[in-house]
Amino acid sequence: MYTLKNVTKQYPGKGRQVTALNDVTLDIPDGQLVAIQGPTGGGKSTLLQMLGALDRPTSGTVELEGSSLGRLADRRLTGIRGKEIGFVFQGFNLIPTLTALENVETALVPLGIPAAQRRERSLKALESVGLADRGDHRPAELSGGQQQRVAIARALVKEPDVLLADEPTGNLDEETRDEIMDLLEGLWRDRGLTLVIVTHDSAVARRAQRRLHIKQGKVKEVA
Amino acid sequence: MFATYLRRELLGRRRQTIIIAIGMALAIALVIIVNSVAAGVKNAQAQVLQSVYGVGTDVTITKPVSAPKAGSTGAEGPRFDFGAGSGSDSGNGSRTVDSSHLSVGFGTSTMSDSALTKAEQTTGVAGASAALSLQDTSFKGTLPDFSRLRDGQQDNGQGSAQPNSGASNGSSDGGGSDEAGGSSFQVNSFSVLGIVPGGKAVGPVASTALAKGRTLSSSDKGDDVAVLDASYAKSKSLSVGDSISIGGTDFKVVGTVKPTGSDSATASNVYIPLDVAQKLSSETGKISTIYVTARSASDVDSLKSALQKTLPGYTVSTQADLASSVSGSLGSASQLVANLGTWLSVIVLAAAFLIAILFTISGVTRRTREFGTLKAIGWSNRRIVGQVAGESVVQGVLGGVAGIVIGLIGVLVVNVISPTLTGGVSRGGVGGALADGARRAFGGGGATSTGSTGGGGGFAGRFGGGFGGALTGARSGAGSAAAQVDLSAPVTVWIIVIAVGLAVLGGLLAGAIGGWRASRLRPAEALRSVQ
Repeated sequence: MYTLKNVTKQYPGKGRQVTALNDVTLDIPDGQLVAIQGPTGGGKSTLLQMLGALDRPTSGTVELEGSSLGRLADRRLTGIRGKEIGFVFQGFNLIPTLTALENVETALVPLGIPAAQRRERSLKALESVGLADRGDHRPAELSGGQQQRVAIARALVKEPDVLLADEPTGNLDEETRDEIMDLLEGLWRDRGLTLVIVTHDSAVARRAQRRLHIKQGKVKEVA
Repeated sequence: MFATYLRRELLGRRRQTIIIAIGMALAIALVIIVNSVAAGVKNAQAQVLQSVYGVGTDVTITKPVSAPKAGSTGAEGPRFDFGAGSGSDSGNGSRTVDSSHLSVGFGTSTMSDSALTKAEQTTGVAGASAALSLQDTSFKGTLPDFSRLRDGQQDNGQGSAQPNSGASNGSSDGGGSDEAGGSSFQVNSFSVLGIVPGGKAVGPVASTALAKGRTLSSSDKGDDVAVLDASYAKSKSLSVGDSISIGGTDFKVVGTVKPTGSDSATASNVYIPLDVAQKLSSETGKISTIYVTARSASDVDSLKSALQKTLPGYTVSTQADLASSVSGSLGSASQLVANLGTWLSVIVLAAAFLIAILFTISGVTRRTREFGTLKAIGWSNRRIVGQVAGESVVQGVLGGVAGIVIGLIGVLVVNVISPTLTGGVSRGGVGGALADGARRAFGGGGATSTGSTGGGGGFAGRFGGGFGGALTGARSGAGSAAAQVDLSAPVTVWIIVIAVGLAVLGGLLAGAIGGWRASRLRPAEALRSVQ
């Protein structure tokens, strides 16, 4: 799925360059469940941005299914994000004014799917996360766990190849955390997704097939 | 999705929507009210000007008043000189004088009538007409018997005022009208307009309608016939068939005219054939104003410059130039609308735009994570900019619609109150061209004054009183005896279109700036875990 070769990402910092990723070479095969751990500021988010086609490396190449993300135009990157990559965020990132169903629908908007079909697919996605009866609720009317379920439905409604989750349980209590992890794991298994989860939580990381540790821009495999 | 998202945003962030819409609504309402009141004031000015310059007059041509040469008396108005032996003997030693002058009015300057021919030949002129505006001033009264004054046979000076004292009033041995060396004078003044009889329907005559009798026709050339303003005729108890003394000559009244507009009087008290007017006032071949109609209303400005080229040294004024000379509360209203109204709308509009822009920017900043998320899940920049711009435009339009409603209510209030504005035409504005206006005011304002204030003896006192009164009358007449126009503020489709356009423009501006901000957000912003 992903092939990263000598990826370095630098940001202009105060007075000097900050190296967020330092010569990272990494391969993520199709259908793998990968957990990325590491201290704050170690480069976890930067790595996720590279994988999510949200940013380009300073040097090196990030290949997704053979296409080099660093060389694509913004418009193409937008297209890849819209079609092939699902995102789940720590803060859920739902649009507060839209209902749960409409939030799920936003993911289908870039694909140009007709309204009726969009609605139907979104309802199904909500159903698959167990929120079929909450479609017309606003995010504020839902619990944290329910909001994250809506976000997962939004990420998966377009049937992407990759699901990237940034601390998906970071804002949830332990019980809800386990529910969400169960859900993600189930979806991963059922759909043959490539799932990359960035997490602080070792309990979450332990459920992954493969664990990576990233510190000072360097990635290490955790045995 | 666009519509759903837009609706949800506007309803979901109601406070922002309402504030932006209210700002826009106030601005648009103000623009509508100011615009229609301005249009109303303009109409009122046109109405006033029409009564003075005639319907259909696009351009007037006058000669600027030149400064008096050193040593000359300048334009001081008519002058009456009475020698000790002038007038007729009243039979008791006092003398009755009765003198009448027909001359070019105060502040008016004349020009050769060849200018009319030149004007007529200018390209773009559909019709031209000329007039000579004159002022008839008569002075009538009794001079004391100076020989008896010299003899010291004065009475105690407790004279009784006797207006119109003439020979019939004089008692057998009086020293003047009060038999005490005092005198009584009557000063009478009215405006006379020499017009081309049967001429083109341009100029002041164009805004008059026949009341009784007939108008002047081309066969009246050289005849001592006059058409009177109906209200002037009424005040003087003159009717068709009577005769009126103008400049010492008796004229036959052949008709009366009334104003076509809402004015109380027409441009002049008396209308006589131009050639007769020229002869009587010793202004042979002279005219005071040329009235020109343009072939096309849109060519007035180019016609003006063409006429200025043809007639260098002359004052060429369009209706728009003349509008600035309208005085009175109408003039003030015009000033108010032009200055305060316009600036107020500009400022409020700018403030509304600024509010819309700032709120949109702060909204976009607040929604950084939202837009970042949408970008992360594949929304294109264009879609996000469109969403932000759409929200702003709808906010602007909502404000615009509310503004139109408020504005129309405001205009309705103006029209219900319908303030009455008084408009005169000031003389200073465009030189001699406005003498007509002043003259009209002069006539209407009761410049006719009988010099009969109370008792009191001396010649000087009586003289001062009488003349002072006449002059005061003239002066106040110039200010107040003008057209009363009820202000009505018309609302045109254009004003509404402009208002909606401004609202959309404000929305677009805010949307463009907000959208630009949103488009610059990095999609990675969505990953910021900051709540």
